[in-house]
Amino acid sequence: MRVLGISGSLRRASHNSALLRAAGELVEEEGYEFEVFDGLKEIPPYDEDDDVGAGPAPAARFRRAIADADALLFATPEYNSSIPGVLKNAVDWASRPAGAGPLRNKPVAVIGASTGMFGAVWAQAELRKVLGATGARVAEVELAVGHAHEHLDAGGHLTDPAQKEGLRDAVGVLLGELQGAAVAA
Amino acid sequence: MTTQTTQQGLPTGTWSVDKVHSTVGFAVAYMAGTFQGTFSDFEARLSDRVLGGTAEVASVQVKDPNLETHLQSPEFFDAERYPQLSFEAKDVSRSRDELTIAGELTLKGHTEPVEITGHISEPAPDPYGGERFGVQLEATVDRTRFGLNWNNPLPSGDPALADDVTIIVDLQLAKES
Repeated sequence: MRVLGISGSLRRASHNSALLRAAGELVEEEGYEFEVFDGLKEIPPYDEDDDVGAGPAPAARFRRAIADADALLFATPEYNSSIPGVLKNAVDWASRPAGAGPLRNKPVAVIGASTGMFGAVWAQAELRKVLGATGARVAEVELAVGHAHEHLDAGGHLTDPAQKEGLRDAVGVLLGELQGAAVAA
Repeated sequence: MTTQTTQQGLPTGTWSVDKVHSTVGFAVAYMAGTFQGTFSDFEARLSDRVLGGTAEVASVQVKDPNLETHLQSPEFFDAERYPQLSFEAKDVSRSRDELTIAGELTLKGHTEPVEITGHISEPAPDPYGGERFGVQLEATVDRTRFGLNWNNPLPSGDPALADDVTIIVDLQLAKES
């Protein structure tokens, strides 16, 4: 089984991308594959006129990566109290075609980091709402890493024991959804 | 006036639902009015005075296909994991044509007791050479007790969708030969 990581930040030294990689190590420790999607920047603005057939190649690649994954782990920063536009745009592509997009029934979890004190909690809440509307199976987890520049070491690992535990819990809940799906199937 | 209890208010024999002439639906306060939907695929049966039924939640019908999809998602019925809702009457009281039923509703993996009120008609011959009777039932349940928690605030800050949902069932049950 495979978990796909999606970072809402495109910045090379992104704290959210680092947090995602740290989460990925925990996913792999549990015996699951983990991969970070690297093509968010190439996805064009959503335009229904362009959404014909498989759609533009970068969007089609994103949809395929989601379809091929058993679960998704998002890490989002907060821009102006909300989700980065590039991430919302990518989710909009993946939500289509309506009722049959790859996000439907897909187990997903959202975590986030920010250099401010609140750890992108608003963006996380909005991303959960958006993912719920797409039909995704949104895990009830939240990990808000505030002051991320102080709480992630040079290797991108959390330094605070409580946050480390929170990340492990978040990953555990998401993987638990996969086990639930296996049981339900 | 007499009151019969413990399933005694229901006809004997085995009766199955005439789906064409029956409706299973719901109504819930939404924004400034009442929003209603139905399930097109359902079963109901009265056998040995035990009344029960199921509905396929993926058959939910409203006036917008996008909303039907949303209703099937994990935020609402979660049709993938919990494809059916079911009901079973545990105790039936009848006074003339009025029914009060204590039963159990199972929805999204949660089973909760529900009290249902409604009306029942006496079995009568139908035009097809058979016999049938009707029941019209309503029950109000708190959807959040079944894990259907979605909401969205109105500009006033109040929730757009009420927690209490009225389940409305109108059945014609035909006697099995």
